[in-house]
This record gives sequence, C-alpha cells and structure tokens, in this order.
Amino acid sequence: MKDGKIIINDVTLRDGMHAMSHQYEIEDMVKIAKALDSAGVDIIEVSHGDGLAGNAINYGFSKYSEIEYISAVSGVLRGAKLDVLLLPGIGTIEDLEVAIEYGVKVVRVATHCTEADIAIQHIEYSKKRGLDVVGFLMMAHSISPDELAKQAKIMESAGADCVYVVDSAGAMLPQDVADRVKALKDNLNCEVGFHAHNNLSLGVANSLIAVQNGASRIDASLCGLGAGAGNAPLEVLIAVFNRAGVKTGCDLYKLMDAAEDIVRPMMKRKGVEVVIDRDSLSLGYAGVYSSFLLHAKKASQKFGVDTRDILFELGRRKMVGGQEDMIIDVAVDLANGFKNEI
Amino acid sequence: MSVDYKNGKVKCAIVGSGNIGTDLLIKILRYSKYLEPVMMIGIDPNSDGLARAKRLGIETTYEGINGFLRRKDLVDEVDIIFEATSAKAHIQNAPIYKELGKVAVDLTPAALGPYVVPPVNLGEHLDKLNVNLITCGGQATIPMVYAVSRVVKVHYAEIVSSVASKSAGPGTRQNIDEFTQTTAKGLEVIGKAGKGKAIIILNPAEPPIIMRNTVYTITDECDVEEVHESIYQMVDEVKKYVPGYNLKSEPIFDPLDKYPIRIPGYGEFRRGYKVTILLEIEGAGHYLPKYAGNLDIMTSAALRVGELFAEKILKEKDVQQKQG
Repeated sequence: MKDGKIIINDVTLRDGMHAMSHQYEIEDMVKIAKALDSAGVDIIEVSHGDGLAGNAINYGFSKYSEIEYISAVSGVLRGAKLDVLLLPGIGTIEDLEVAIEYGVKVVRVATHCTEADIAIQHIEYSKKRGLDVVGFLMMAHSISPDELAKQAKIMESAGADCVYVVDSAGAMLPQDVADRVKALKDNLNCEVGFHAHNNLSLGVANSLIAVQNGASRIDASLCGLGAGAGNAPLEVLIAVFNRAGVKTGCDLYKLMDAAEDIVRPMMKRKGVEVVIDRDSLSLGYAGVYSSFLLHAKKASQKFGVDTRDILFELGRRKMVGGQEDMIIDVAVDLANGFKNEI
Repeated sequence: MSVDYKNGKVKCAIVGSGNIGTDLLIKILRYSKYLEPVMMIGIDPNSDGLARAKRLGIETTYEGINGFLRRKDLVDEVDIIFEATSAKAHIQNAPIYKELGKVAVDLTPAALGPYVVPPVNLGEHLDKLNVNLITCGGQATIPMVYAVSRVVKVHYAEIVSSVASKSAGPGTRQNIDEFTQTTAKGLEVIGKAGKGKAIIILNPAEPPIIMRNTVYTITDECDVEEVHESIYQMVDEVKKYVPGYNLKSEPIFDPLDKYPIRIPGYGEFRRGYKVTILLEIEGAGHYLPKYAGNLDIMTSAALRVGELFAEKILKEKDVQQKQG
C-alpha cells in the first residue's frame, strides 16, 4: 500500500517470458517498460520466467542474456521500481548481487508454499542490501490457509516487507483466495500480495477478492501475457479496480493503449497466444504449475500423448514448480504404457 | 602416539547429527571394515541422531565442536573426521581439523578440499587432509556426465535434482546456494563438462517422492551406441555401492541439427546431441525410509572414501611398525 493506493506489480516482462518461450526482443521489452512506467505502474519485474539464472535446458534459454534485458529496462524507468524474481535452488545470491548493480530495487524470493525456509538466506541478504523484499509462496492452493500463514511467517521473520499468495496453477476459487489472504493478514504485520493465473477465468475476480480481504499488492500483465492462460490482464484489472473504487496509481487509457498498440501486435508477430483452451484450462482444473504448459505441449507432440494426460498425471504426482524435467518423464511413461497396451 | 589399531580399525568421529550424519553412522557400523566411530558431535540436545548414536553405544556431545575438543582422549585417538554439518560450519571447523592433523571427509558443499566422486576418481587425493564430496545431487549425476564425457566432448551439462522435503534437513536448507554452485562446479571439474548448471527442487508430496535426477548434456557428434554403453557401464559401477541407483528410461538422444540449442553468452549448438538421462535413486532405508536416496548416495560415497583413507593409514602404521 502506498498513499492509500494498491501497489501494482507488473509481470508482463517476467511471467510473460514463459508465454514468449523466453524469446523477447530487447526493443519490445523496452517499449513495454516505458509504457508501463508512464502509465504509473509501481513495480516492473524483469527476469527469466523461472527467475534469475533460470536460463537452462530444463526451462528454455532466453534469446538474450538476463543482464541485457535487465540493464535495458533499468535504463528507461523513471517512476517505477525495477524488480527481479529469484527462486532459491535455481538462482543464487551471487546472481542477485549482479542484478543489484544494474539498478534492481525490489526482489521477490519465491519458494514452493511449504518450503519458505530455503529463502531465509536470500531474504536476509536482500534486506541488508536495502531492497524492498517480497516472499512469494507458489502453488498456494495446495495447502490450507493456516499452513500457508505459518510459512509466510517464516518469510516475514527473515525480513520480508510483503508476502504473496501465489496461485501458480490458477486453481483457486474466490473463497480460496479470500481465506488465504485473510489468514496471512491475521497472522502477519507485513503487507500481503496476490498473484493470479487466469486458467479458470478468475484472474481479475480473484485479484479483486484479494484486495477486499486486505491484499495491498497485486500482480498483473498487459494482455494477461504469462504462463498458462496468463495472469490477470493489467488493463482489465485497472478498469475493474476503478469501477470497484479500489485506488491505484495507474492510468487506464495508457494501459489500454499499451496492451492494444504494443503487446498484442508483438504477440501476433511472435505467434504467441494466451488463451483459455483445453490445455490451459486443465492446468487450473488439475492444479498444475502454469509454466508446465508449453513444455507439456512440446512433449505431447514429441511422444504422441495428449497434453491433458501429461498435465493430469503431473498433478497426480504432485509435481511442484521447477520440475519441468518430470514432464518428459511422464510423457515417456505414458508413451510406454500406450505401447504396452497395444 | 597414543593411538592403537589393535582391532585393525581406524577411529573416526562424525560431526553433525542430522539426517546425513546419522545415516553415515549406521552405514559405518554395519558395513565398515576399517572404520570405528567413537563419537558423534551435534548441537541439539534433543537431536534424534544423537539419541540414536547413544543407543548404538557411541559417545555423543551436543556442545558442538568444542564438546569434542574437550574430550582430549577421543581427539587423540581419532584419525578421520566426517563433516556432516553445513558449508558454513565446515568452513569454521576445517582449520581446527587441519591443526590437529586429522583427515577431513567433507559431506557439506563447502568445497574447501578437492572433489571426490567414487566411480570417477576414488583413489585420488588420498595424500590430502581435506576432501570434499560435493553434494548429493553431484554424487548422483556427475558419474553420468563423466560417462558421456569419457566418450565424447560435453560442452554443457545441466542437472535437476528433486528430493523429498522430509529428507532435506536444516543444513541442506541453509546451504541451497552452496548446493547449486558446488554441484555446477563439480559437473565441470569431475564431470568434464565445458559448463555446468545445477538446480535443486524440494518436493513436499506425501507419500514422499523418491530422489530423482535428470541429467542433460550437450555433446559433439558421436556414436550413440558407444555413449549408451558407457552410461550403462557407469550405472553398474554406481550400483555396486548404491544398489537403488537406476535409469528410469533409456537415455534420450535428441539430434541438435533438428533441435538446435542456443545458450546466451555461451554458444550455439547445431551438431551433436542433447542427451537426457532420467535417474531414480532409491535409498537403502537405513536412517530415513527408502525415498531418501539423496542420503544414501552421499553417505555411501563418504563410507567408500573413508574406508580408503583408513586402509592407507593402517598400511602406513604397519610399515612403521615393521621398520620399528
């Protein structure tokens, strides 16, 4: 919360990386960042979809290096703060140190919702470096509100200024969001945030519910550009917030223009679609990590099995964010099972 | 020297009473020919590992390294110290071990001493006072990378280790950066990859997941059959000391001319193969249940390395006695 206004944290350039298969052009990023900055967005996140040092065979390599993207965006921001995502186990404090040199002011340290303690060293370090530090509890639908509050407390105790309820699978219904945000508000003194995925078409609605239950930071992306069926579309979110009397620092027309004139043409040119189709809907329905989507589609083609079968099996095996390698594993198993039946 | 080797064994201490330390203690007591544990050192009076050690008739202290140093009698007797704490703790303790002239077998990712991965370089570095066993993920995957690189040039190796949350104690959790960094370096130094990258994932699923490792390598053009054969031979080699080490499927060879890979800041690969190796490591179920293959691969490596050091110490002693 800033001057009674909800803080808007854009993820077009980070979660959007997943949808773009990490093939963003630097000039597109810069254009989008400028537009977001001038529209009054508070925080802009730039990283590989899987956070700093996410460049890997397992998650896909980006077109340019992390630092090329970060430094390009850093150079054009006037009001907005630059933010990076860090997943302990993938990125390290050393990676963060480099990012800080390029002007990063906010870091979001993300763990699976039951593993908050692996973020303690990163949160403590970031606090020492004077950053605004956010704990990011992913796949938050998979544990109870009470358990989630306990994990959030670990992040707050380490020094986090805000802890997020992250609906990585886009699986939460409005009541699930309300219960979790409320549990965190009741048990923490720090801010609470919410990150939506639109797999069940509830991205904006869930974000509104989060605010009504005390969340003061909300994630969104232009055109919803993000993993799975995308995030809460920023331009729609602000329209809804305006109508609901939820104050933000954002200019609706400017965001509409940025979505329409910059992001959508870029998606068209890059052949990128963010839609609720049978596959992305299955993510939300089965409670599966949204960034698995494109990897599962690829595996589906390669091994000749239905994407939905892969996703449901991943859900059944309770795979967590980062386990993209298990997509191949599941596809191989399904393909072999299929052969065995014949 | 007050040390005697009457029972033909070398005395050792285990520093760290968590999952790794306790599993190692059980393995030494059950299988070791040349090692005799005399003390387990912890920092938590309520540690399950210390209670277990006591029941097994081993001396214990919950006062950390100082509790050990106060027992001058034991300090004198011990030749080998296994460090199963955390990278930070080992960095503090290592100078003490060195000063005392003890061999330190380091099971943390502190990486002060040279790396040892038994099926690749077991016999090396026996002249050193400190050797490092990298990480459980490193012990699990580096043999596979080496199996590929001994046949064909490996430009890049990447591993993903997934372990059950329950099997990752506080040491592992505080060491997560050291895990990724030390494992990546191990892929390069011992695995002989041009560039290494390591990822670790903790998964809380119930029932707990068995340790899984995925190994990706980018290679030059090669005889696929030859690489295949080398991988299978290495799996057999590892199985000798970790019987639950298994390939989950046949290695997958993706030709890079069809699926090129471009790594920003490193290079573009359009010839050769991306080789994907899917591993599953079932533990022996000594301390934690069988899902915790990550304990077994590490403690089994430590036992092998410790045994070799002990054998060498006994041989030297024997020579001294004969000369005397």
